[in-house]
Amino acid sequence: MPSLGADMEAGTLVEWLVKPGDKVKHGDIIAVVETQKGAIEIETFQAGQVEKFLVEVNSKVPVGTPLAVIRAEGEAKPAAAPAPPPGTPAAPKAAAPPVAPPPMQVPPRAPSPPIAPGAPALRVSPAARQLAAQRGIDLSTITGTGPQGAITYTDVEARLGAAGAAAPAAAPAKKRAPTLNLDAMRVAIAAAMARSKREIPHYYLTHQVDVTVCEQWLAQKNAALPPDSRLLIGALALKAVALACRRFPAFNGFYRENRYVPSEAVHTGVAIAIRGGGLTAPALHDADKLALDDLMARMRDLIQRTRAGRIRGSEMSDPTITVTSLGERGVEALYGIIYPPQVAIVGFGKVVMRPWVVDGAIGPRSVVTITLSADHRVTDGHAGALFLAEIGTLLQEPNNL
Amino acid sequence: MTDADICKVLQEELGNIAPEADLASVDPAADLREAIDIDSMDFLNFITALHHRLGIDIPELDYPKLVTMDGAVKYIAAHLKVA
Repeated sequence: MPSLGADMEAGTLVEWLVKPGDKVKHGDIIAVVETQKGAIEIETFQAGQVEKFLVEVNSKVPVGTPLAVIRAEGEAKPAAAPAPPPGTPAAPKAAAPPVAPPPMQVPPRAPSPPIAPGAPALRVSPAARQLAAQRGIDLSTITGTGPQGAITYTDVEARLGAAGAAAPAAAPAKKRAPTLNLDAMRVAIAAAMARSKREIPHYYLTHQVDVTVCEQWLAQKNAALPPDSRLLIGALALKAVALACRRFPAFNGFYRENRYVPSEAVHTGVAIAIRGGGLTAPALHDADKLALDDLMARMRDLIQRTRAGRIRGSEMSDPTITVTSLGERGVEALYGIIYPPQVAIVGFGKVVMRPWVVDGAIGPRSVVTITLSADHRVTDGHAGALFLAEIGTLLQEPNNL
Repeated sequence: MTDADICKVLQEELGNIAPEADLASVDPAADLREAIDIDSMDFLNFITALHHRLGIDIPELDYPKLVTMDGAVKYIAAHLKVA
């Protein structure tokens, strides 16, 4: 049971998306776990063959409990490994590798290749393949939303949903767990934010940046693009923060047990408001390495899936810094609360037209207020000011983002 | 396609984005972004859905013409005729 947030202690396994005997590879979605933040899709970080399940559906188990045994290719079976009874925490010496990494570990990731439409071989999760076969769905007609464009169980489900009532009802309907429980999410937000304000000595900085050049660049670029490829200024903001993190690693990492450990990977948490109330900030992995159009596509996918209650486990546990924006609602500056164990959150306000001095003359410019809330145990205001200035500088050359 | 048909398409697509909104009661002259609380990503998804469903091109410069139900119906009716 992976840890999917700073305050998660246990989770309920609600569905297996594979079965014993299935072959799985790194990144496949294999199970659905219900947490306070809703139903989360759990990926495996171990390739091999599913040998057996250690936890039964609808069992609630503590974080760190092995969920299944996945045997790597060529790995011999142990003589007689006693399986812990389902639903109980496994003995520490269990031969089974946990399907997920230890809580909060952030594995460095290789840069993901761009999603190539029409790539020769389809990447399909085993559960998706099985469901498609059961329901007679042609996989080549589905656009995958999984890692590297892999078709996931939910992609096939979405297609079945789109096909409407005409879909044959022969196969037993696999009802997914209720997606977003806003009351439980409120409890989770309360716990994380109260802990943050109790433990983290925040400091706050504000920086106003002229983003006229970003707006002009976007207008020109988007004019030639169909709506599904157009960029939003939020994608530029996210990329600028991610790039600035590379130069200022003291804002990108985790503070645990009185020690700060910077993260090599930059997994920006994207604060996403849930309709009807609620907030979550899943990771957009390796945001610093993604080209803008790829980053935009992933941000769009992430927001859609989050609002539909389809976040993946790694997206919950991996964010190394958070980016938030209330720009749509007229708020010009926001002062975020750090999500522990992260050490910084960057906020973007509304882009507003302001009289601005450029080359000695006053003219109308598009200006945004960028804020930083950072952990004073790790950095001081001086470093924070340099970090914000770097984000502002990067936004002056959108072509290089 | 009549104005009523277009209105139905708009309501369906907005319903996909804001399922809890009571679109029938939205003032046709109200700014949709405020009336049903949609952000720039939602609005882009709305434009994308209209582009795919109706086959009309909606450049970014025309977005302000589609922020009300009335405006969107008028815009789409005019562009469907051209197409």
